[in-house]
Order: sequence, then structure tokens, then C-alpha cells
Amino acid sequence: MSFTTFLQQCLTGISLGGAYALIAIGYTLVYGILRLINFAHGDIFMMAGYFMIFAMASLPWFLAIPVTLLVTVLLGVSIERVAYRPLRSAPRMSVMISAIGVSYLLQNLATYLFTALPKGYPEIPFLKRIFQIGGLSASFVTFLTPVLTLVLVYLLILLINHTKIGMAMRAVSKDYETASLMGIKINKTISFTFAVGSLLAGIGSILYFTDRMTVFPFSGSLPGLKCFVAAVFGGIGSIPGAVIGGFILGLGETALVAMGQSTFSDAFTFILLIVMLLIRPTGLFGEKTTDKV
Amino acid sequence: MKNITKSKNNLYSLGALVLLLGFLAFLQSDTAGYSYQISILERSAIYAVVAVSMNLLTGFTGLFSLGQAGFMAIGAYIVAIFTIPVEARASVYYVSGISPVLANIQLPIPVALLLGGLASAALAALIGIPVLRLKSDYLAIATLGFSEIIRAFIAAPMFDTITNGSYGLKNIPGFSSIFTVFGLAALCIVLMVLLIHSSYGRAFKAIREDEIAAQSMGLNLFRYKELSFVISSFFTGVGGGMLAMFMRSIDSKTFQVSLTYDILLIVVLGGIGSVTGSVLGAFLVTSGRELLRFFDDPLVIGGVSIPLFRSGFRMVIFSILLMVVVLFYRRGIMGDKEFSWDGLFGLIRRLPDRLKKRKTSSAAPGEGGLKQ
Amino acid sequence: MTDKKNILHMDQITMQFGGVVAVNGLTLDVNEHEIVALIGPNGAGKTTAFNCVTGIYQPTYGSVSFQGEVILADTPQGKMRRLYAGDVTPASLTPVHKTPDQVTKLGIARTFQNIRLFGNLTVFDNVLIAKHMRAKQNVFSATLRLNHKEEQRMRDESMELLQMQGLAHLKDEIASSLPYGLQRRLEIARALATNPSLLLLDEPAAGMNPQETQELTDFIRQIRDDYHLTIFMIEHHMDLVMQISDRIYVLDFGKLIAQGVPDEIQNNPKVIEAYLGVSDNVDD
Repeated sequence: MSFTTFLQQCLTGISLGGAYALIAIGYTLVYGILRLINFAHGDIFMMAGYFMIFAMASLPWFLAIPVTLLVTVLLGVSIERVAYRPLRSAPRMSVMISAIGVSYLLQNLATYLFTALPKGYPEIPFLKRIFQIGGLSASFVTFLTPVLTLVLVYLLILLINHTKIGMAMRAVSKDYETASLMGIKINKTISFTFAVGSLLAGIGSILYFTDRMTVFPFSGSLPGLKCFVAAVFGGIGSIPGAVIGGFILGLGETALVAMGQSTFSDAFTFILLIVMLLIRPTGLFGEKTTDKV
Repeated sequence: MKNITKSKNNLYSLGALVLLLGFLAFLQSDTAGYSYQISILERSAIYAVVAVSMNLLTGFTGLFSLGQAGFMAIGAYIVAIFTIPVEARASVYYVSGISPVLANIQLPIPVALLLGGLASAALAALIGIPVLRLKSDYLAIATLGFSEIIRAFIAAPMFDTITNGSYGLKNIPGFSSIFTVFGLAALCIVLMVLLIHSSYGRAFKAIREDEIAAQSMGLNLFRYKELSFVISSFFTGVGGGMLAMFMRSIDSKTFQVSLTYDILLIVVLGGIGSVTGSVLGAFLVTSGRELLRFFDDPLVIGGVSIPLFRSGFRMVIFSILLMVVVLFYRRGIMGDKEFSWDGLFGLIRRLPDRLKKRKTSSAAPGEGGLKQ
Repeated sequence: MTDKKNILHMDQITMQFGGVVAVNGLTLDVNEHEIVALIGPNGAGKTTAFNCVTGIYQPTYGSVSFQGEVILADTPQGKMRRLYAGDVTPASLTPVHKTPDQVTKLGIARTFQNIRLFGNLTVFDNVLIAKHMRAKQNVFSATLRLNHKEEQRMRDESMELLQMQGLAHLKDEIASSLPYGLQRRLEIARALATNPSLLLLDEPAAGMNPQETQELTDFIRQIRDDYHLTIFMIEHHMDLVMQISDRIYVLDFGKLIAQGVPDEIQNNPKVIEAYLGVSDNVDD
């Protein structure tokens, strides 16, 4: 493998990793606040793909993108409202089953509405422009993804550490009941968290599918699982952790594909998960929690 | 007095059993005519085994695993690989041929089923070591992941000579009669019920109730969780083997995550923590799915075709049903209670009152279970 | 002091969570057939000390021995070496970590401050589960009912225990439906079912009225004699503690501030100060 090919693969990996990171943040935020694996998150990401297809059918890209993001956020927030909020005091297993139910529903709904056949993802001209740097050639989206990811993460960290709603999010994730006693509006904070998570998933979806070109009803399930693993790897609840997890996953997967082991690129994710759980169950940046006896 | 009720109830159970056997014999007498009904019942019985084994883990030990499809795949492929008649193998593995190691090994069906169960149990033991030491959320995600990995391995070109890759396996010997399916399913379920009511079952329940208290009763958490996980996976594997025999041909797509979700729907609908609920759920869901089939066909009323009815609508209805159960009837049909004749009669006696009540005040629906 | 056989020995136990030293160099002894109380204001580290005995926490530094055998020992390692803020200078110790179930098997049983029964199971099952650990059976023999003699023995013993504790008539009740006082009693019965030689009681009288507390006093003495137990307990009810204890240890901010027989403790100025300085509601 020549050095240029190597760099080319690295670039692909980093770009994929950026999209993963954006989705992984959604998992980490929700888990941090509700202690819930939001199984539907990957499907929100998939639905965002379809929204984009329909938005682009009648709107120019600079309008289609905000419309898609808005609808995705609405979807995420309403899922929380309908499927998770009524179960606030229920056992955690019930909420998890509800999340699986939503995921199942979204997949079946997508199959019903859009058929199981892959649909072509619209091309956004400026994202697909090919750039040449030295021997490297890649579309603009490949360069944009990691940069945009880092900018968004920076903004998110600012939001969480320096705004009032960010403080509320931190408080709710530390102690749900005490936070509500302190006058924090739990439901509003949780809705906001879902909105942020879905927004990032929407952006991730545009970046991811522009590179992959097709969407089908199950195209969210495996990336969704992988991104959850990325979040666990980085330490669930930690945003920088989710980002690093996303990049490691993207790079690792691309490396396996480059080595001709593409069948096992999916398996890699879960092997990574098991290894991490064995060595450091709390993930890279996770905090250890002890139950009070 | 108590003994009289008990023997009376035993009499009812015996009657129900005779009725069931009679019904099965009736279907068996004309397998060609009733093939549709038979296939629904057989599939239900097989799903019941898997659902009860999922319940053993989820309802009785408090561990949430989503690897059912993967463990079923292992059982199914082992049964298929070792029972397809040797002379038929050339036509099955017509693309890449069969690995010479396996080419001439053919096992009797019971041995193959047992082997399928043992293989999935062994894999469960391996996965369990890292995962069961952690919170149960990780178990759900790790088992779901493993289920997908197993599918990836099955479809991988390098195992073509074993699994026949994406072409799948066919010519798997089927069941000779519906009694075999029901007998095997009953055997598996009875064994699990005996386990649940044994000292070990109590230990599982203790862990579900309170892990710290269970530890202070001298129970090694990891050991018992692992035990429950391994046993549950064993029966899931056997169920998968039975499914392979029922379907006669399988491929890696048979064992997608949606299969796990089907089983989950059965367990949730029947009631988490109720064996009879799972069995009931298996029959209801499987036959319900067939009955709902008309949703997938175009519906024309008075010359106007109703636009909603087309392929895929059935599954949408199904997933909405799951959501309704989860959100509004969280306890499912049976809650964590088991079926009993006294409970059934009690329900029938109370039914008129309940209906009256509902009419007068449109009160929120109760948990709708057979309470003892 | 006493020439009785030593049952429990805690040696310089230090438990540190992050920067907080919850228990600081605690050394104490519990001897055979004694009733020893550990008292102290809220947040003094009493329950943490208990959790260090039963293996729920691995102490940061120090060792615990039960009947002469070391069951827990550790010394600060890794990051903790830098963070360590205990008073005792750590010496090197070979780490030993028995898990809670192993500790129970050795013969230490406990109850919990906020009752931890198996809430959805019956009273009888709660006790029966405790018998599982010492039963001679395996998963096959139990499933196939080849262990019916053993099972019968477990059931008989559990029934006998419930009868002795006056809970027999409630055996089919769901544990969480019992009144509070009976739940406490059931928790003690369940602990006794593990055949312990040392019983740790974490605030057994919490939430009880004076009369119930008085009954509990007699009850604790009685089970000690009936089952040849040694009892080590945490308690806030001073009447109970002073009446029943052979010796008392007083903990404040994780440190031992006094020890001795009840009379000595009652007149110890440090103890009075610790209590009055923190809270005047000792009963809470």
C-alpha cells in the first residue's frame, strides 16, 4: 500500500468517524440524562435520510437542509413525548422495551411508506465537488465532516458548560430527583436534550448518506448500534468520549475494509465493545458510579 | 376442602389436555387439508419455547438480552448442517461444495438438536463472562451486536463450505407430525418451569429482586446470572433448531433482529415473568399475524380501493400494537401471574361487574390479567 | 479486657471515596458471644464500616479478619497512592478480597439500614433463598427433582425458623406487603437462615416506637442465645444500645473517638460533644 493510499484511507476513516461521532453524541446525551439506550436514535438518523430525499425533491439544498433538520428534531422530541415520558416512573426495562418498540415501528413505517428498496440520496452539488490535494482526491464532504464535527462538538460543550439550559442538563444527569426539587423543569430539559441529539443525528445523516448515496429502512439500525458502542467505548455520558469513540470506530472499520476484511468490519465494533468492557468497563472517560447500600 | 378444589382443577387440566390432543389428532388426520392451521400452530409452539427461554432470563433473572435471533441461528444451522441427508448435500451446496470434514457426518435429529442447544449455550457462556459483570443495559446491546456478528459470519464467503453463505441451506428434514413439535416444545417448557420452581429458580428471582440482598444471602451474582443466561440460550438454540426443521430451508436473513423483536413482543404481550403468558402470547401473536395478513392486500370496498392497505401495513399495525401494550398495558395479559383455573373462573365471575363498571364510568382500563 | 475468643478484628480500616475519607483508621474487635454496638452521628461512616466487613466495599487500606482468617485487606495502589488522605501510614499488605457471597458463606450475615427484602416474593421464599447456598445440589438435580430430600430439609428448616420468629402464619404473604416492623423481623430471620456465627444489624430499631424497641431488645438477646451468635450492630436508639451492648465503639467523621462499656461511653465528654455538636435529635 502506497503512502497516498494510506492517507486516502485515513481520510475516509476520519470522515466516517465524524459522522459516527455526531450520532454517538445523541446516545451519550440521552443515556447521561435518562439512563436509557435510545434504540430509536439510529432510526431517527435513517428517517432524516428520507426527509432529505423528500425535501430535496421540491426545495433547493439551502432550504432543504434546514427543513430536514427541523423535521428530524420534531420527530426526536415527539418520540420522547409519546413513548418515553409516560414511562418516567416505570422500571428501566419497560422504557428500554418502549425504545425498541419505537425503533421497530419506525423501521416498519419506513418499509411501508417508502418500500424496502434502497432509495437514491440526492446529491448536493457543492458537497460532492472533488478536491485534489497532492495525490489525495476526495469529495468536499469528506473534508467537511471531521471539521464540522469538531466545530459542533465545541459549540455543544460551550452550550453545556456555559448556558442555563446546559447547567440544567448537567444537574438532571447527576441527580434527577434533586434537580426537580431544585426547580429545574425536568421535562423541558429532557425535550431539549432530545432536540440536540436529533439535530446532530440529522446533520450526521446528511454527511453520512451523501457519501453512501442510498437510504433504506434498515440503514439506521447497524450504524445506530455501532454509534452506541462508540459512546460506550468513550465512556457513556462523556461527549469527548463519544467523539473519540466515533473516530476510532470509523478508522478501525475503514482499515479492515482496506485490508479486504469487509465482512468483519461490523464484527470489529462489537469485539471492540467486549474488549473495552473487559479492560475498562467505564469506557475511556467514564466515571465510576457506586450504588449506595 | 382445599384438596377437593385441587383435584377438581387437576381434572380440568386433564380435560383441557385431552381436548388439545384430540384437536391435534384431528388436524393430523388430514395434514394436507389443514396444512395452513398446522403450520401456524407449529410455529407458535416453537416460538413459545424461545419466548419462555427469553422470559427465564428477562422475567425471572432480571437480565435483558436481545440475542435470541443469533442463538436461534446457531441452533438452526447446527441442526441443518448435521441432518441434511448426505445424498442431498451435493444439490444443497451446489455453489462452493461442502467442506470434506462435514460431508459425511449425519446425526440423528435429537442429537443434532441437543448439539445446537449446547453450541449456543457455549457461546453464551463466552459472551457472558465480560458482559454479565456489568449493568444489564450492556447485555442488551452486546447480545444484539453478537446476534448480528453471528449473521455476518454465517453469510461470510469464507464459510461457504459450511453454511453455504448467502444461498442458505435447504432439504432439512421436517417433523413427522404435529405431535413431535408439540411434544418437544412441551418438554422444553416443562424443564424450564421445573427449573424456575426449583431452588435455582428462587435464586434467579432473588437476583432479579435485589442484587445486593441476593449477594448477602451467599449467592454469587455472576455465577447465577451466567447460569441463567447459558440455560436460556440452550433452549433458544434448541428452539432455533426446531425452527430450521419447521421451515425446511433457512438462510442468514431468517435470523434478523426482527425475529428477536417478534419474540420480545410475545414476552411483553404475555407478561414479563409469566410462563403461561409467554405460551399464550406465542399463539396469539403468531396466529394474529396470519389473521392480520389481509392488511397487506389491497382492500377494495364498493369499487373504491382503500389506500392504506398495501404491503407492509401489517407490520406497522403490529409495531403499534407493541407500543400500545408497552405504554398502556405494561403488565401484558398475565402480568407476572401464572394461569390457574381459579383465576380464570374468578375472571369470568367478575366479568359482568367489570363490564357494568366500564359502562357507567369510562374508567381507565385495568391491567387486564387473571389475578388469583 | 476479655479473654474470649476473637471473632471479628478490623485493623486500621480506611475507606476513601475520591477525596473523602469516610472511615479513617478504624480498629476494633468483636469477641465471641458479645453484643457490640457501633454508634455515631449521621454520616460518621458506620454503614461504610459495615460494608467493608461484608465485602461490598474493598477498603482503601487496612484488613478485616474473621475468626482469625483475613477476609479483606488492601493498601492504596495506583492513583489512590497519590490521593490517599487517611491518618494511618499505609504499610504494604497483600490484597485479599472476598466477595459478599463468600463472606456470607464464611458465616457473617447482615441486615440493611433501608430494608432489602425480596419484595415481590413470599415471606417463606425470602427465608428459603437463604438456604440455597449451603444446599447439596446442582442445577440438574434441582430441576429434575432428584434433590427432593435436600429441598424438603431446606423447607423444614425455613418453616421452623419462621415458627420460632413468629412469622409462620404470614408465610404466604408477599414480603413487601408486611408492616414495617415485621419486615425488619423477616430480614433478621432471613439473615439467620444463612446459619451465621456473626450477625451484623444495621439500625435494627430504625422507625420503631419505644415499645417495639423494647421488644427488639429482648429479641436480639434471645437470638444471640438461641443461635449462639455474636452480634455487631449499628444503632441510634441509645436506650437500646445502653441496655444491650457489652461494649460500644463511637465513630465520628470516620474516626474512632471512644470505646468501652456503656457506662464509660455515657459519661465520655467527647461522645457528648460529637452528638450535641451535630444534632440534638439522636433518635433520628
